Amino acid sequence: MSIRPTHFNPLARLLHWLMAIMIIAMLFIGAGMVASVSQRHEWLINLHKPLGIAILLLAIVRVAVRLATRQPPLPEDLPGWQAMAAKASHLLLYALMLVLPLLGWAMISAAGDPVMLGSSLQLPSIVPADAQVFALLRKAHGYLAYLLFLTVLLHLAAALFHGWIRRDEVLDSMLRGRDRG
Amino acid sequence: MVDRTSPSGGPQRPPLSAASVVLRLGGIAVVVAALAGAFAYVHGTLDPQRLTPKALVDVLEKNNGVHPGFRRNHAKGVCVIGHFESSGEARVYSTAQVFNDPRTPVVGRFALPAGNPYTPDSAVPIRSLALRFTQANGQQWRTGMNSMPVFPVGTPEAFYQLQQAQSPDPATGKPDPSKVPAFFASHPEAVPFLTWVKTAKPSASYATETYNGINAFYLVDASGKKQAVRWSVTPLAQDAAGATAPEGSDFLEKDLVQRLAAAPLRFQLNITLANADDPVNDASKTWPAGRKVLNAGTLVLEKTQPQLSGECRDVNYDPLVLPAGIQGSDDPLLAARSAAYASSYLRRTSEVSQLPATRQEARP
Repeated sequence: MSIRPTHFNPLARLLHWLMAIMIIAMLFIGAGMVASVSQRHEWLINLHKPLGIAILLLAIVRVAVRLATRQPPLPEDLPGWQAMAAKASHLLLYALMLVLPLLGWAMISAAGDPVMLGSSLQLPSIVPADAQVFALLRKAHGYLAYLLFLTVLLHLAAALFHGWIRRDEVLDSMLRGRDRG
Repeated sequence: MVDRTSPSGGPQRPPLSAASVVLRLGGIAVVVAALAGAFAYVHGTLDPQRLTPKALVDVLEKNNGVHPGFRRNHAKGVCVIGHFESSGEARVYSTAQVFNDPRTPVVGRFALPAGNPYTPDSAVPIRSLALRFTQANGQQWRTGMNSMPVFPVGTPEAFYQLQQAQSPDPATGKPDPSKVPAFFASHPEAVPFLTWVKTAKPSASYATETYNGINAFYLVDASGKKQAVRWSVTPLAQDAAGATAPEGSDFLEKDLVQRLAAAPLRFQLNITLANADDPVNDASKTWPAGRKVLNAGTLVLEKTQPQLSGECRDVNYDPLVLPAGIQGSDDPLLAARSAAYASSYLRRTSEVSQLPATRQEARP
């Protein structure tokens, strides 16, 4: 059996940090646009749609990279509940970064609106137009976005806990490719 | 064979002092709180005074009551089905397929600009017409038009204040009659609208009115050149125009059903081209006469459908749903309409099962 790496694969790290920026930007764009009646609303919504599809595509690549590469193990002395929480929160993050763009796409479809990524780039509808389905999907999109933001905050707090309090290799394994000297 | 690394992965680190642990935990709390605080700021949570889509729809509900499943404004109406026959005249100015194809299907809606679906037809001197053109390429053009030539105000903030002036006073349960005149006294931009509304009478028919897009848009040609425009539809049949409204509260829909049973209704789509210095960001200002007007084609309305079961029910006539070749201007009312309609649309689509017709249909 091969020895497990101590750090994440470079492609996995690139995807992690790129998507971290995109997802946090996306959460702020969404939170801002639903609370605005100014032209910012229009500007943000025109960013929100193509960025969401970009996140969906990258999330698919990321799941493939995750399955194709080995991840560094968690520290041996990590309490069981923390190891469980780590696994569960990562699973939730992956699920939400796939589900939220799909819900956004589906809710626009259910509203009977053309799914436009720009002034002329149009995606097909993925669910038939139905007002009640729209209301359900639109609410799910909002509530799950709050859940994603909370999970991101938890993820950030846990990463800093590993780096600043436990001072183990967990944060480092995503920050750099090899051990500190 | 190891599944977990050794505790430190390297040389043992000296344990942190209690003070240091507290300080570092505090540091983590600060980072997390900063991000959560920024999110709350962007979301408007920290700023209850911010004008949000929710606030705009809430004030409409406060003034009109909540009528579950109905639009929060223009609540009483009727669906119309038809098509648009392009004349080709707008083709030079816009690449939109609707101006190039000979025929584009339309789902429209005539309505009263009031938030109560049981408002008598004679209570408001304004009628509205919303249209959704579905192009062959799947793109859509949606527009909501009114029978007035200008909007009373030019900004969403002023519109909100005008609604607030009509809100019931908590002490009396009725609007304070001094508030609307006070609002208009401090909003001189409303003069063109007030001048028009003085002579406006509730029409006896939807079919005899001219409907104005009011907000400005841009037509975009193949080279990307933009031309600021406003559009309107005017009836081609001139019968009975200006007839006074009959008694009764629901004559508009009956009149429309009768007319369409006899023959389709035809309207001309006029597109007015702005001159260089005409205001494109202020719907409270008219454009001077003498502007070039294109006859873009003919809107043919063929049949009606009840609004509670017709195709228009689930359409959000968001004025910023536009095909390639038409763009919104920087009129601040456009973005505000788009944002507020989305909020109203979510509320009413969540209440579809409470609509009267839906309940009737559910009966055996």
